[in-house]
Amino acid sequence: MRAVLRRTALSLSVFALAFFNSNILLSQQTPLTVLSKDGNNVTRRTLQTTTVNEQEYVALDDLASMFQLAVREDALGALSVSSKGKTLLLTPDQPLASIAGRVVSLPAPPVRQGRRWLVPVDFIGRALSLVSDTRITLRRPSHLVIVGDLRVPRVQVRYDTSGATTGRLTLDATPRANSAISQEGDQLVVRFDADAIDVSYSNTTAAPLAAAGAQGLLQAVRVPDLVTLSFTTGPRFGGFRITTQPSDTSMRETIDITNAGGQQTTEATPQLPPVTPPPPDLNTAASSLRTIVIDPGHGGEDEGAKGAQGTKEKDVTLAVARRVKTALEAKLGIRVLLTRDDDRAVAIDERTALANNNKADLFISLHANASWRPTLSGATISTARFSPQDEEMAHAVASELLPAINGAARGIDFIPWDVAQIQYVTRSEALARTIAEHLQGKVPLTMNPVDSQPMRVLEPANMPAVLIELGYLTNAEQEKQLAGSDFQTTFVQAVVDAVVKFHDESGR
Amino acid sequence: MIVIAGVAAVVGIVVTLWAAVIARRRVPESPSGAATSTASTSTAAAGRKIKARLYYVSMDGTKLTGVDREVSYADGAAAQAQQIVSAQLSPVTAPFVSPIPPSTTLRALYLDPKGVAFVDLSKEASTGHTGGSQDELLTVYSIVNALTANLPAITAVQVLVDGKQVDTLAGHIDLRRPLQKNLAIIEPEASAPR
Repeated sequence: MRAVLRRTALSLSVFALAFFNSNILLSQQTPLTVLSKDGNNVTRRTLQTTTVNEQEYVALDDLASMFQLAVREDALGALSVSSKGKTLLLTPDQPLASIAGRVVSLPAPPVRQGRRWLVPVDFIGRALSLVSDTRITLRRPSHLVIVGDLRVPRVQVRYDTSGATTGRLTLDATPRANSAISQEGDQLVVRFDADAIDVSYSNTTAAPLAAAGAQGLLQAVRVPDLVTLSFTTGPRFGGFRITTQPSDTSMRETIDITNAGGQQTTEATPQLPPVTPPPPDLNTAASSLRTIVIDPGHGGEDEGAKGAQGTKEKDVTLAVARRVKTALEAKLGIRVLLTRDDDRAVAIDERTALANNNKADLFISLHANASWRPTLSGATISTARFSPQDEEMAHAVASELLPAINGAARGIDFIPWDVAQIQYVTRSEALARTIAEHLQGKVPLTMNPVDSQPMRVLEPANMPAVLIELGYLTNAEQEKQLAGSDFQTTFVQAVVDAVVKFHDESGR
Repeated sequence: MIVIAGVAAVVGIVVTLWAAVIARRRVPESPSGAATSTASTSTAAAGRKIKARLYYVSMDGTKLTGVDREVSYADGAAAQAQQIVSAQLSPVTAPFVSPIPPSTTLRALYLDPKGVAFVDLSKEASTGHTGGSQDELLTVYSIVNALTANLPAITAVQVLVDGKQVDTLAGHIDLRRPLQKNLAIIEPEASAPR
């Protein structure tokens, strides 16, 4: 019960934070939201504001108790605010604060209200941050105060109709933050990898998503916790397709929403949460294998392993990945995405995020190996390995009940992003064995070609995932092989056959 | 008024300089409550040795071979751990091959109350790596196993590079969490080179 109350309170207040961003006239009593980190937990407090002469103020004693400040008023009415040996001075009639000889301007002088002193809200960002030993940032438009180094990306939500019955939701997270998007019951849920999110709506003034509501696709948006956006789907919601476009400064998720033609959406199957069934296939194919992500290892400055003749891992993996993509697309007619299609560095998390956000059915990372023993040769296929502590952590995250479409509730296990692969270990191992069987006799394999290791890139994958080491670039013969067309053609064919076999066997 | 402002400015400068001096004198921080041992504060007793098992690349390159070596004795788990890791990082001669990138040194070693050792390696551990996931496994587990096999007080090891937590050494093996002893990667005794 307590948890439910806390959730509700949080959702209401954070919703307020999101709501007030949307260019609506500010209420005179909009409090500031103060976010700070206590160990790994982000705590959220509010700070009341008061409007005097159209200027927003906060009470100095509220700031004092929140930030452990000592406030003193001398006989002449000057105010001193101290924290950890640093003192700043305020004079009642002047829109200034001074600290150690440095003067900062304020939009208005401090004012007295009864027994309390009020200071303009900008005092927090301009003056308080100078006496505090932690970073304090004021985001005035969002009424947000961020204490310390928290990752709080601005998330701009935009909805555009595309045609009469379909729509496009665009989410821009700046600075870049990855997110996981899934359908959970009647909710389209976007969870950001951040400490909190700072939401704003770019093209809606009266009601967010009014256009989507009129189309019957999305009915409401809420912010159920600090890092999640949740859209309630409407009666005509048919499915969605995600495109991820990272740029230097922001991460854009474009969610195209299709129309179900007035049919009731079917309830999600609860067997494998939090992965919900993919949206109805509007194209063709009885096949449920829709998207495969191939990850060419390394890239850019990160060259990976290198052979004596100068063959670089990053080049071999890219060449092979492109061939796998072409072959899979031709054979299966499905979507194959590459985590990079040129010679550039891609962060490990971004590689897996591409697979998660595009709801890939399989994730295959390609690498070439190196050994201090130049005689070592052969391919290996690795799956992720987790420690008992990882598994404990994954299961310690409590199950929560979410409302389902028929008015009942269903349980959702929230698996932390870091260890999402935990629920796919068995299927990933089956995929690894199938690939090894298809490579056997065609390309050299190591003595124990299938193993499990704490592979960083596989751990967050929310689908069966394997990492294939094609062979050893430190072995003279293999260096020639790996860079050559014959090996690559044989390898690619075997991997494609293995994917088809795995798919048939797992009956998906 | 000008005089007051001038005095305030001078006081401000003096305070700033004084703060800078204090900041410079501060000892580098270590996790609170943790036992610390750095290269400069070694407490090795002169001459006294213990036998410790260190790990090198097996003949076929896929496993670690355990070899007993003499290592300087030191008082306390953190100081002894430092001696063991330093020995593991030292170059070896044929037929042994070290799984550690050349020139890698130990910057610091901390032990937390739960028995997790934080081993801070110099940047060569990453920049000088061969880049293979096979070699990366051997590098990481030679250190993890050398500590957990020789010092029962150490339950897990987290490898840091250049004072910072890292994702991986060479792009594959997750180093964001402490790792436990890995017996599967150790070659059975009979086939080890002697």
